[in-house]
Amino acid sequence: MEAFEILLTASFWVAAIRIASPLIFATMGELICERAGVLNLGIEGIMTVGAFAGWFTVYAGGGLWLGVFAAAFAGAMFGLLHGFLTVPLGLSQHVTGIGITLLATSMTYFTYRLLLPEVTSPPKIEPFEPFAIPGLSEIPIIGPALFNQTPLTYLAFVTVALVAWVLYRTPVGLAVRAVGENPSAVEAQGISVTAMRMGAVAAGSALMAVGGAFLTMSAFNSFFFEMINGRGWICIALVVFGSWRPGKALLGAILFAAFDAYQVRLQQVTGGIVPYQVFLMLPYVLSILALIVVARRATYPKALMIPYQKGER
Amino acid sequence: MRLEAKKAPGLAQAILYPAGAIFATLVIASVLVTLAGASPFDVFYLVLKGAAGSQFAIIETLTRATPLIFTGLAVAVAFRAKLWNIGAEAQLYVGGVVTVVLGTGTLQLPAAILMPVIIACVLLGGALLLLGPAFLKIRFGVDEVVTTLLLNFIVLLFVSMLLEGVLKDPMGLGWPQSKRVIAEAQLPRLITGKRLHFGFVLALAAAFITWFIMKKSVLGYEMRAVGHNPEAAGFAGIPVRKVLIKTALLSGGLAALAGYSEVAGLKGNLTLDLSPGFGYTGIVVAMLAMLNPLGVVASAIFIAGIFVGADAMSRATGVPSYIAQVMVATALLTMVTAIMLSRYRIRWR
Amino acid sequence: MEPRHSAGAEPVLRLDGITITFGDLVANDDISFDLSKGEIVALLGENGAGKTTLMNILFGHYVADTGTVEAFGTRLPPGDPAAALQAGIGMVHQHFTLADQLTVLENIILGTESLFAPGQQRRAAREKIRRLSADFGLEVDTDALISDLSVGERQRVEILKALYRDVRILILDEPTAVLTPSETEALFRTLKKLVEKGLSIIFISHKLYEVLAISDRILVLRGGRLAGTLQSAGTNRAELAALMVGDKVEETEFTSGSPGGTVFCLKNITTLHRPGRPALQDVSLDLRAGEITGLAGVSGNGQATLSAIIEGRETPQQGGIEIEGMSVRQWSPRAALGRNIGRIPEDRHAIGMIDDMNIVENVISEAYASPRFARYGILDMKAGRAFAEEIIRDYDVKCPSPDIRARLLSGGNMQKLILGRALDGDPGIILANQPTRGLDIGAVSYVHKRLIEARDRGAAILLISEDLDEVRALSDRIVVISKGRLSEPSGRGELSVRELGELMAGHGFADEGSHAA
Repeated sequence: MEAFEILLTASFWVAAIRIASPLIFATMGELICERAGVLNLGIEGIMTVGAFAGWFTVYAGGGLWLGVFAAAFAGAMFGLLHGFLTVPLGLSQHVTGIGITLLATSMTYFTYRLLLPEVTSPPKIEPFEPFAIPGLSEIPIIGPALFNQTPLTYLAFVTVALVAWVLYRTPVGLAVRAVGENPSAVEAQGISVTAMRMGAVAAGSALMAVGGAFLTMSAFNSFFFEMINGRGWICIALVVFGSWRPGKALLGAILFAAFDAYQVRLQQVTGGIVPYQVFLMLPYVLSILALIVVARRATYPKALMIPYQKGER
Repeated sequence: MRLEAKKAPGLAQAILYPAGAIFATLVIASVLVTLAGASPFDVFYLVLKGAAGSQFAIIETLTRATPLIFTGLAVAVAFRAKLWNIGAEAQLYVGGVVTVVLGTGTLQLPAAILMPVIIACVLLGGALLLLGPAFLKIRFGVDEVVTTLLLNFIVLLFVSMLLEGVLKDPMGLGWPQSKRVIAEAQLPRLITGKRLHFGFVLALAAAFITWFIMKKSVLGYEMRAVGHNPEAAGFAGIPVRKVLIKTALLSGGLAALAGYSEVAGLKGNLTLDLSPGFGYTGIVVAMLAMLNPLGVVASAIFIAGIFVGADAMSRATGVPSYIAQVMVATALLTMVTAIMLSRYRIRWR
Repeated sequence: MEPRHSAGAEPVLRLDGITITFGDLVANDDISFDLSKGEIVALLGENGAGKTTLMNILFGHYVADTGTVEAFGTRLPPGDPAAALQAGIGMVHQHFTLADQLTVLENIILGTESLFAPGQQRRAAREKIRRLSADFGLEVDTDALISDLSVGERQRVEILKALYRDVRILILDEPTAVLTPSETEALFRTLKKLVEKGLSIIFISHKLYEVLAISDRILVLRGGRLAGTLQSAGTNRAELAALMVGDKVEETEFTSGSPGGTVFCLKNITTLHRPGRPALQDVSLDLRAGEITGLAGVSGNGQATLSAIIEGRETPQQGGIEIEGMSVRQWSPRAALGRNIGRIPEDRHAIGMIDDMNIVENVISEAYASPRFARYGILDMKAGRAFAEEIIRDYDVKCPSPDIRARLLSGGNMQKLILGRALDGDPGIILANQPTRGLDIGAVSYVHKRLIEARDRGAAILLISEDLDEVRALSDRIVVISKGRLSEPSGRGELSVRELGELMAGHGFADEGSHAA
C-alpha cells in the first residue's frame, strides 16, 4: 500500500475519528476552563481519574452510561478542588494544576491497587459497541468514519455543538466568556466571579474525565497505568491551536488524530527503515509546531491565569 | 471572602504554616490508609522506620534524595524567575545520555580530566534542552509549560530510539540498555559496599552554590525581580529576556546533573527506567522548600524518605506503595496553600 | 443645612453610620447621608478622602465594619452587588468594567437574564438599547467590540448598562477624568435628562467647578469623614476648597524657572496604533534645562506611549531621540538611565516598584549592577541598605524598616521611594508621569516641592498629568496632547483653562503634524 492511498481507506478515517474522540472531550473541557480564565493543568490526571472511574464502574457491575456519569462526577470533584485552590485562594494555576495531575494520578493508581490487589493482567469489560446509523453509514469512506462509531463518539460531536451553543447563545455562556476577559465586568453586573469560574472548571473537568473514560470504555476495554500518555498536554496545545473556539478546536483535534492514525500506518508502509519512535514522536512535535504557528496571533482570554479579588479593578 | 497582605510573617508563623501543611497531608494520608484497612499509626511508624530506622534505611533515603536535590534545585531556580520548567524529567535523561555517550569508553582520559569534561557536557546538554522552550516563550510567546511537558515525551522516545539503536549495548542480551560507564567516569561510593555515592556530595555542593547565586549574586537578584514582576524589572533596566535565558541554562543544567549522578554514581548504565518521575517530583521538592535552594536538600531527603519508607511499609502491610505518591502530591497542594495563608489573611466579608 | 427637596419626602437612599477600616487606615468614619428622588448629589473630596470606598460599600463590593445602607426603604444586605443592582442602584466605575472582546450588546445584557435561561432575547435587548440611546443622547453601535471604541463611547456603554437595568439611582465615579471638556458637557446634558425622568444621581469628583456646575447638593469628604454638606446654589469654590483640604491648605504660588539650553529632544516621532493607545503622529518636543514642561491632555491620547519612549521601554517606529545634541542609537531603560534620566512612572504598582520585594531591593533596582552596589557579580547589600535608609530619612518615608515588602507601603510613601530613587545622582532630565495621582494633599505638595527643587538646580523636567490645575501650577511651559499630536507650547499663564480645554479636545491643531520648539 502506498503512503498516499492510506488516506482513501475507510479504516484510516474510522481510526482517526476514534483517536480524535477523547481529545475532543478533553479539549472542550480545557477550553471551557480557559475561557473562564483558569488554566487547568490537572487535565492529564483528571483524564486518568475518568478512565479509571468509568471503567471500574462497569467492571463492578454498573451500566456503561453509569460509568460515563461516574467518570464525569469524579472529574468534576477534582475540578472543584482545582477551582477552589486557584479561584478564591488565587494560587498559581501552573503549580496547582501540576499538583492536581500528580494527586489525581497517584490516587487513581492507589485505588486501583487497593481494589484489585491480586490482578496481573488488567481485567476487561464489555465496552461501547459501534452503532451504525442506518443509511448514513453506507456513504463511502465518511459513512463508516462518522456514522458507524460508538455512542461516545457521537456524544463527543454533540458536546462540541453544545459547548459552542452555550458559550455563544446563552446567558451563562456569555458570563463565562466575560469572566475570562474581565472579571470585574462580571462582578459589576451582579454575577459572582468565584461561582462562574469554579463552575466552569468543574464542568470542564467533567468533560476531561469523560475523555479519559472514552479510552477505557470505547477505544479499549481495560485500564492500564500511564494510558493517558500525554494526551492531556496535547489537548492544552489544541485549545491554543483552536484559538479558544470550539469549532476550530474540533478541527484541530481531528487533524491531529488523522495525523496520528496516518503515522501508525506509515510506520507499517516504511517497514522499519525509520525507527518507530520517530513516528511516535511526531504527534508531540506537531503539537509544539502548532503552538509556534498560532501563538503569535492568538487572542487568548485576557484574564487567563490572572486571579481575581472581589472589588478589584 | 477577600485576601489582605499581611505584615512580614514572624518566625513562628514561618514554621507553623509549613508544619500545618505536613500535618494536613498526614491526616489525608491517614484516611486513605484506613480505607486500605491498616492503622495509620502503624503505617506511619513503618514508613519512618523504613526511611530512617537503620543505617541501611538512611543510606537508601539519601541515595534516593540525590537526584531529587538536583531536579528540585532546577525547578526552584526556574520557578523563582517564573519560568515554568516542567521538563526536568527530559533534562535528566539528556544528562544520562551525555554521560553514556562520553563515559563508556569513547573518551579515554584519566578520571581527573574525564569527570569534569563529562560534567561540563552534561550541564551544557540540559541547558540546551531548556533553551528551546525558553526561546519559544520569549520569541513567540509559546507557553513553556506545554512545550517542556511535551518535550518530556519526545526525549523519552528519543532515548528509547538510542537505546535500541546506536547506544545499545551489544552484550546486553537484547535489552534496550547502554554499555556501562568505564571506571574513570564512575563516581566513587561514599562508603565501600553501600549504594550512597559521590553524587550526593555533588548535590550538596550544587545546593550551596545555587543558594549563593540566588541570595547573593546580581543574577539571583535579577531572577527574583523578573519572577515577581517582569514589567517593573524591565522598567528598572533589568534585561528580562537575557535573565530568562540565563535562568533556563542554569535550571536545565541542574536537572541534567540528576541524570549524570544516577548513571555515573548508581546505575552504571542508561536504561529507560532511569527515573521514576524524579523530574516531576522535583516540582514538589522545590515547592515544599519554598524555592529556597538549601531547603531543597531538606525537602528532597524528606520526600525520598517517604518513598523509601513507603516501599518498606507496603511490603509489610499490603497498603499500596502509591500512598507515597499521594502524600507527595497532597503535600504540594497543602504547602502552596500554607505559603499563601502565611502571606495573606482571609477576610470572610 | 436643610436639603432642598420637600420636607418629609422619603429619601430613595440612606446611608447610616458607615465606617470601614483597612489595617490602620480609617477609610470611612461614621458617614451618613440621604439622597432624594430627582436629585444630583456630588461627593467631593481629595484623592484618598474615601469617596470611592464609600461607593464601593454602597454597591456591595466592600462590607463596612459598621453602618447600614437603605434603598427605597429596604435595607441592603452587605457585600452583595447583585442585591444593589436588584434594588435599582447602578454604578459607573472610574475604571470601566467592560470585557474588551465582547460586543456592546453583550456587555450590556450580561447578568440581566436568568443565567440558565436556554437562550437570549437579543432582538428585544437591541431595541431597548436603541430607545435608551435616543432618549438620553447616548449614541453607540450595539454590535461593535468594546476594544474598538473610544473612551467616551465606553463611558456611554457603562451608563447604558445601568439604564438598561432600569436603575433609579446612578453612581458615577470620577466620570469626567477621561473626557474632554466638550464630552463632559454632553455627559452633563445626559445627566440632566436622567434626573428629569426621576432618577437620582451621585456624582463623585475632586474638581470644584464641575461639582458646582452639575449638582444640587455637595457632600465634602475629608480624610474619611464627612466634612460638610452644602447647597450648590449657596456656595463657591473657595468655601468648598477650604472644606475639602481643611487647615492644611496653602495655595503655593510657584515661581518660574530660568530655562537654559535644550538637553533632550524628541524628533518627529511616529508610532503604530495599538488597541487603546493612539499612535503618536510626528511628535517633536524639546526639553530645556531648568524648566518644567507640562504635558496636558485627557488620558489615553498618547501619553502612555510618549512616556514609554522616554522611559526607554519602547522605541519609536520613526523619528529619534537626541540628548545634548547627540542622537541616540540604542534605546532601552538601561540606556535611559545611563543618560542620567530620572523616571517617575505612571503606575507605581505595575512598573514603579516590585511589590513583593523589599524596600532595599526596590531602591537599588535601577543601579544594582553598578560598582556602588555590586562587585564581581555579588551584590553589596550593606550599600543597598545604606541607600534605602538615606532615602527613608531624606524623603521622610514612613515605614517600620527597610526590610518590609513594598506592598505594605501606602501610595504616598511608595511614591517618595520612587522619587528618591529617580532623583538620586541629580538627573539632568526628569520624566514625571502622573507623579501625584492618588496621593493625599500632604504628599502632593511634597512631590511638587521636590520637582521644583530639581528644576531650580537645572534639571529639564517633563511633567505629564491629567490634572490641568497641576500642570498649570507647576509648568513653565505647557504642551497639550490630543489624539497623538502635540500642540504648540504656550508659556506660563498664556492660555486660559478654556483655551487649553479646546486644545485637549483636538481643536486648533496645525493640519500637518505638530511641533513644539
